[in-house]
Amino acid sequence: MESVNSPANSTPRKTPLNALHRRLGAKMVNFGGWDMPVEYPSSGGLVAEHKAVRGGVGLFDVSHMGDIRIHAGRKPGGALEAVQYLTMNDASKLATGQAQYSAMLYPEGTFVDDVIVHRLGGDDYLFVINAGTREKDVNWVKRNAAKFDCVAEDLSDAYTQLAIQGPKGVDVLRKLADANLDGVKNYWFTHGTVCGLENTLIARTGYTGEDGFEIYVPSDVATSEKVWTAVIEAGKEFGIVPCGLGARNTLRLESKMALYEHEISDKINVWEAGLDRYCKMEKGNFIGRAALEKARGAGLQRVLVGLEMVERGIARDGYRCLNESGEAVGVVTSGSPSPTLGKNIALAYVPPALSALGTPVYVEIRSQRCKAQVVATPFYKRLRKASAN
Amino acid sequence: MVYPTQYRYTKDHEWIEAKGDTATIGITDYAQHELGDVVFVELPKAGAKLEAGKTFSSVESVKAVSEIYAPASGQVVEANMALQNKPETINSDPHGSGWLVKVKLSNPAEVHSLMEAAAYEAYIAEKQKEASA
Repeated sequence: MESVNSPANSTPRKTPLNALHRRLGAKMVNFGGWDMPVEYPSSGGLVAEHKAVRGGVGLFDVSHMGDIRIHAGRKPGGALEAVQYLTMNDASKLATGQAQYSAMLYPEGTFVDDVIVHRLGGDDYLFVINAGTREKDVNWVKRNAAKFDCVAEDLSDAYTQLAIQGPKGVDVLRKLADANLDGVKNYWFTHGTVCGLENTLIARTGYTGEDGFEIYVPSDVATSEKVWTAVIEAGKEFGIVPCGLGARNTLRLESKMALYEHEISDKINVWEAGLDRYCKMEKGNFIGRAALEKARGAGLQRVLVGLEMVERGIARDGYRCLNESGEAVGVVTSGSPSPTLGKNIALAYVPPALSALGTPVYVEIRSQRCKAQVVATPFYKRLRKASAN
Repeated sequence: MVYPTQYRYTKDHEWIEAKGDTATIGITDYAQHELGDVVFVELPKAGAKLEAGKTFSSVESVKAVSEIYAPASGQVVEANMALQNKPETINSDPHGSGWLVKVKLSNPAEVHSLMEAAAYEAYIAEKQKEASA
């Protein structure tokens, strides 16, 4: 038995909760250069963790994510100018306490990384970035922010980031936080006292397609373990379980949230990825804008679609997509059984001619042709309460 | 988990139980545990040829695909088709009803070169020590 997906060996980095994960008996993997829990047999494993988040609540250590703060230099305004130039969404629309999904692009209109931009204050912003691209992103931000009157700081190692995800997440956090959580809408954040830690950033964000929060606490081991343990204790009555990157991946896939080096990369542009609604061409100049303008005129060669397997088989990342006559026409970017739907689903790049709903597409699985069809995405969408809109 | 002493084991975590020139093949408890919840099994058809050390089946969990290698050469007599509807049997009973194929061995002596239970247990103990280091 040999895992086809086993990661390359190197000396991985560890989050402040690494020892705790190992004490819990988590299975660990190298993810983007980080030694991370992929699932916890003590939680019942990946599928049980996934279902806990959809129906109750789960806790994730996402401290491997990076954080970059960009704030004003000598006079206000420079940070916003830098953020507008660095990212494709319109940060001028953000109120203090609000966040937005966005991305940093190369001049070619392809992805440096996707980011969540938070407006911390007047001219003060926080980028939350991916783990595997941390160093690249920090260098990119510092280099491109240098021409603006602002200060860019890498705060990645300052925070332990915990994601409390699921419909019961708010009930768990309410027991620990001195903050008006019901006043924090989806993609907004506040500061409050959590487990006695004053001024903790509490954001109603996540990567699961479910309601939930991400909190940012000091990264020393003692504080990190104290907060983790307090969340687990507070969540017991709601059935909380520790969740690993395996469930994080199936949850985000069902919700069609992009993963760097899969749905987005330095080879894929914004239009192909279908992230148009987060790209504000009319806001003024930003890195990648000119190339995107050109690409829009030229038309698309490939688009991201959702697939559902019709025949027996599981499409996996990197498998080829074939047309009816057996020609290779595309590639699967992410594929997995969907624990919520009980079907085998995938995201794939295919030519626009094969992107209509119901179109048959074949996935090559170990040299066998397996039938799939294009389906609507996201594969899963939560029912939103009015308060979480 | 007890590793049956009448089985032989490979470094790739397959087991084989040979009786004369017929044998049953499966994956070990260690293997199913590493994989997690098994959701899909691809099996060869009766009559298919197995070559020692070559892949003949794949077992998939939600997160990964694992190729399964033949512990010995032979021809498939029967595949465990019950696994198609209940792949999770590999998790619950890897050394029993979770078997993959029954084969007619072409060279029963091949089996003697594989690890006995005690050697296999020492081998996986070493692996587990590495993983928790």
